[in-house]
Amino acid sequence: MKKLLKRKETTLVLLILLLIFAVSLRAPGFVAPGSLLNIVVDTSILIIVSLGQFGVILIGGIDLSIGSTMALVGMAAAMLNQFVPGIPVWFFAPFSLVAGALLGGLGGILVAFGKLPPLIASLGMMSAYRGLVFILSKGQWVTANEMTEGFRKIPEGLTLGLPHMVWAALIVAFLAHLFMRHTRSGRDVYAIGGNPTAARFAGVNQAKVEINVFLISGALAGLAGLLYVSRYGIAQNETASGFEMQTVAAAVLGGVNIAGGSGTVLGVILGSLFLGVVNNALPVLRLSPFLQMAIQGFIILTAVVANTLVDRRNKRVFAAGRVR
Amino acid sequence: MSDLGTGFVDSSRLTMMSGPRRLADFLLRWESMLFFIFIAVFVGNSLLSPYFLDPFNLFDATFNFMEKAVMAMPMMFVILLGDIDISVASIISLSSLFMGMASAAGADTPTILAIGLAVGLLAGIFNGLLITKLAIPSIAVTLGSSSLFRGIANAVLGDQAYTKYPASFAYVGQGYLGESIVPFEILIFLATALFAGVVLNRTVYGRHVYAVGNNKTAARFSGVPVDKVRLIAFAVNGLAAGVAAIMLTSRIGSTRPNIASGYETDVITIVVLGGVAITGGKGNIAGVIISIFLLGYLKFGMGVLNVPGKVMNIITGVLLVVAILLPKFTDGLRAKLRAGKAKSRARGEEKV
Repeated sequence: MKKLLKRKETTLVLLILLLIFAVSLRAPGFVAPGSLLNIVVDTSILIIVSLGQFGVILIGGIDLSIGSTMALVGMAAAMLNQFVPGIPVWFFAPFSLVAGALLGGLGGILVAFGKLPPLIASLGMMSAYRGLVFILSKGQWVTANEMTEGFRKIPEGLTLGLPHMVWAALIVAFLAHLFMRHTRSGRDVYAIGGNPTAARFAGVNQAKVEINVFLISGALAGLAGLLYVSRYGIAQNETASGFEMQTVAAAVLGGVNIAGGSGTVLGVILGSLFLGVVNNALPVLRLSPFLQMAIQGFIILTAVVANTLVDRRNKRVFAAGRVR
Repeated sequence: MSDLGTGFVDSSRLTMMSGPRRLADFLLRWESMLFFIFIAVFVGNSLLSPYFLDPFNLFDATFNFMEKAVMAMPMMFVILLGDIDISVASIISLSSLFMGMASAAGADTPTILAIGLAVGLLAGIFNGLLITKLAIPSIAVTLGSSSLFRGIANAVLGDQAYTKYPASFAYVGQGYLGESIVPFEILIFLATALFAGVVLNRTVYGRHVYAVGNNKTAARFSGVPVDKVRLIAFAVNGLAAGVAAIMLTSRIGSTRPNIASGYETDVITIVVLGGVAITGGKGNIAGVIISIFLLGYLKFGMGVLNVPGKVMNIITGVLLVVAILLPKFTDGLRAKLRAGKAKSRARGEEKV
């Protein structure tokens, strides 16, 4: 019990509940089941991409290309649907995953074999992919009425009472948890992030881990791009611009160490949900949507500082215990 | 090389060979290659468009990249230290916001300028303190503050803009020196570059920057005040963003929430393309200055040829990646030019 209370995840759950409670004092409708489900649906995309970002942050990197990858894959999927309406809808799931994985994998290759820092590799990809969206679409938008009915319904359709969007997030979360905790490749990610030198001497293939995390981040960004474009019914040049900042905020808020090596899938999901509640609370509280970015920045900084202070205190307690 | 110097015959062979070898080394130096590319860009652009090689055009084109040029100077210090600052474009938005507010309240030009500089400096100090006092990686801090600073500008401005500035304020970003065709902004850049060059190459602080960038721990044990050196670099980086905010706001005559968005990528690209190692400790000002004009005129040339801005972004992104990949190949090439034991030693360097 004590152990449970000490975990960052527990604190975060309490914070989310507290936030929902505080908002409901001003707007009672906020806690209605329909409204809460809506928050979860809204946050599904963020959960999916944040779990991709999570892997890259675990190895001490950062993936800034996520928003651009979402836009490029989303645009490609929307245009494919627009010009070849006959393609069955299920095809877009593997299409977006593979297209995203290819785009992300390029970053992985640059990092693993070109020895580029992840920040720089993904910064370059961010500019390049955003430009490719423009070249691909020639600056045109694909709007809802140019998409087929089936394409638009991808995120909204219900299975067992839950929207497909939520199912996608649940499946990704479950697989991410299995991968991170119970596969050798997943444990290798933590090993490289915790201490690259030690991990290499222990026989971990660093290049493989680097390619893996970027492949996964890209694939998830691709899937999220498809969901984003079909949910909001528009694919354009600025789709999901700056979305990578939200994923970093979600991960850091979820207790992931920005320097790599520690963090959990559950933490990332909770971090995403916290941001989702904040974003949904703004209009309910009649606060300007223009506040969103400032709040996000404030949350990132506060979370980074809090994590640093907590980790430092834990280390001190640990050291003191050892002396005795 | 040490064994080559032991015998008379060996050393004579060394002197015989050193001429061409030194030339090859010089030609393969990063700055030399940059300079050749720069010339190629100039020649290519002049052949493709009759409007490129015109003194008036060439001077006027600098308007488009002098803000980034001023920002690249202190960013060079930050990257040399092994740090990064991705909040600079957001600092511009914050600084421009406060200048707009001051101007709307009826402040005169000197007050507006002072506010622009002060906001930039304070934002830089804010970053620097979080990074050094709490020992948080600079990427994490500046990522957060980047959202925070631009978020504040967004929150205050919404979909509005400040567009009323005093007439005299416009000179900074739009004026020319006397009756000449030389923009005043070039003067600001030259002063910044001169100052940066002197500090980097002729002062203790400059030496400290290289020491910290090469090995933080060793620098600390040698008595270098590592955190103070880093704090100063981030503070000055903020101040320069304030200068750039003044130049840009004055040039376009308005403050919008998305002002200077994406500038951080361009500035980092300039510095890295200029041969400064992203891991810190290696690079010099000559490379960065060539890189400023290379990128600036490349973009100007593409603009003359009607290449859309979004497509230029692809080129910037690819250049950034290539700029880091290329030295690894040329280092390998240079290593191959060296004979015998020097070859194996160079391979060791390459790994680091």
